[in-house]
Amino acid sequence: MRQRKKNKYKYIKKYEIFLLPSLIGILIFFVIPFSVVIWYSMLNNPVDQQFSGLKNFVMIVNNQAFQLAVKNTVLFSIQAVPLAVVISLGLAILLDSKIAFRSQLRTCLLSPMMVPVASVMLVWRVLFDKHGVCNEWFGMSIDWLKSNYGQMVILLLFLWKNLGYNMILFLAALSSAPKDGIEVAVLEGASPLQLFFLIKLRYISPSLFFVTLMTLVNSFKVFREVYIMTGDYPYESLYLLQHFINNTFRTLDYQKMSAAAVLISIVMMTIIGILFLIEGWFGKDVEG
Amino acid sequence: MKKYGKTRNVRRYKSYGMKIVLTIMAGSIACLFLMPMVITVVNSFMTEQEIQTNYGMIFSEKNGRFISETVNLKLIPDWVSLEQYFTVLMKSPDYLMKLWNSLFLVVPIVIFQLIVGCLAAYGFANMRGKGIAMIFFGYIVLMLMPYQVTLVPNYLVAKWMNLIDTNWAIWFPGIFAPFSVYLLTKYMKRIPWEIVEAAEMDGAGQWQIFYHIVVPVCKGAIASCAILIFIDYWNMVEQPVVMFSNANFHPLSVFLSKIQTEDIGIAFAAAVVYMLPVTLIFLYGEDYLIDGIASQGSIK
Repeated sequence: MRQRKKNKYKYIKKYEIFLLPSLIGILIFFVIPFSVVIWYSMLNNPVDQQFSGLKNFVMIVNNQAFQLAVKNTVLFSIQAVPLAVVISLGLAILLDSKIAFRSQLRTCLLSPMMVPVASVMLVWRVLFDKHGVCNEWFGMSIDWLKSNYGQMVILLLFLWKNLGYNMILFLAALSSAPKDGIEVAVLEGASPLQLFFLIKLRYISPSLFFVTLMTLVNSFKVFREVYIMTGDYPYESLYLLQHFINNTFRTLDYQKMSAAAVLISIVMMTIIGILFLIEGWFGKDVEG
Repeated sequence: MKKYGKTRNVRRYKSYGMKIVLTIMAGSIACLFLMPMVITVVNSFMTEQEIQTNYGMIFSEKNGRFISETVNLKLIPDWVSLEQYFTVLMKSPDYLMKLWNSLFLVVPIVIFQLIVGCLAAYGFANMRGKGIAMIFFGYIVLMLMPYQVTLVPNYLVAKWMNLIDTNWAIWFPGIFAPFSVYLLTKYMKRIPWEIVEAAEMDGAGQWQIFYHIVVPVCKGAIASCAILIFIDYWNMVEQPVVMFSNANFHPLSVFLSKIQTEDIGIAFAAAVVYMLPVTLIFLYGEDYLIDGIASQGSIK
């Protein structure tokens, strides 16, 4: 350990060179333009460059399209995150028990992750179109994507695509729970339920946090699926934040665009911060 | 003694029944997950005419008239044919052009993001201190930001630099994306310091250590990183939609989503062609992929 410290001082200058390319790139392409975005979000327009305080934010919060987009995005995340976390945990437990064909099953569950959405979009359309297979089989006539069920269809696609990724994270955590502790518990006569809730759950709690975080982030990316299925102007219940941003790109309304981006980033940072706080709170006794 | 043996037998019997139930359950879940891909692949081997009779109701609504009156989801084609593939690969240059667009967009991002990421990760893994930790946390936050946030600054830079409608508008933010930095730093922190120290004793300089020791040791991590980046960008939709006003530049993912009625006959084959590169990578690199996901683990 002492050796290491000595080395640190010896080479400290040289390590900075390694960081340089990435830092410069991040500065040029993310940090500096984002500062400008913050600046834009507080101007009345880019030509006049007059400071207008929070006016843009007020305007955007009162914008009907923005409200709709926020409502839909939040609604989707609230449904998607708990479902994706719980189901994938269940799948991980299933795979962790000694069943046959484990690795094949793992491959099957993970494979949707690599399939581009654009490739399977046809299947989804065949299933959920107004004249689609789903309606024919069950004798319904719902135009799934153009109704309030639209989110459900997208949710299905989201789960199909993301469960494998979450499951792998949980599997890694489950296998990291110490074997001797579990063995002792089994000898003491712990039931599988006790085993899971009292021992394993403690060890997967850091991944529980990570999976929740990643699922949340991924649920914001669901625009991709919606766009591929429904194009630029979807049914009301599927109008997401990214649609709003895309449409403001088209009109080049910088204030609206920047104010929206700043607002979303603040919300995201708050959520990330809260999740980190919770993690620090719960994860303490496991790490030691 | 006897009693003990008996309970054990009962328990074993019970768990055996349980096992069968679980395996059947797992099997049906696996089928469910594979279904969309199987349907796509099977349909790609039907003739264009068969596709149109099967799905005419869904995709040819345009003129208010349908080609056929029924919808038919079939798992076995009437006639196995390569007609669709022939059309996609030989007759219509559009699809190959878009596939080439996709490759041309994604491959440089994978290569250069890895180079930048490796270098930065080596720096982060070796430097200590509050400032560095803060910067690294900044990278994590940036990594977690959704496109709704990052695309606006990216678009502005692209506009200032006159990069809109060129591949650079997507290459640059992709190359400097913080994902590989994050993943590789986590991995490099676990490299045993003794190896590096031994090399130092033998008189290796920083670059030599990096190139001849750290990079080879991290080969596995780099491979998983490459796969994850490739999968992510192969699937991209948001960036091209915003950055390219000219549809000719669009990658196949965006093009497929706008597929027109008259093309439905060959859409399935195009979808399979688009799926093929990632499928191959997945099949060959599944272990790396799993390692890569698993090592993302907790955030610290």
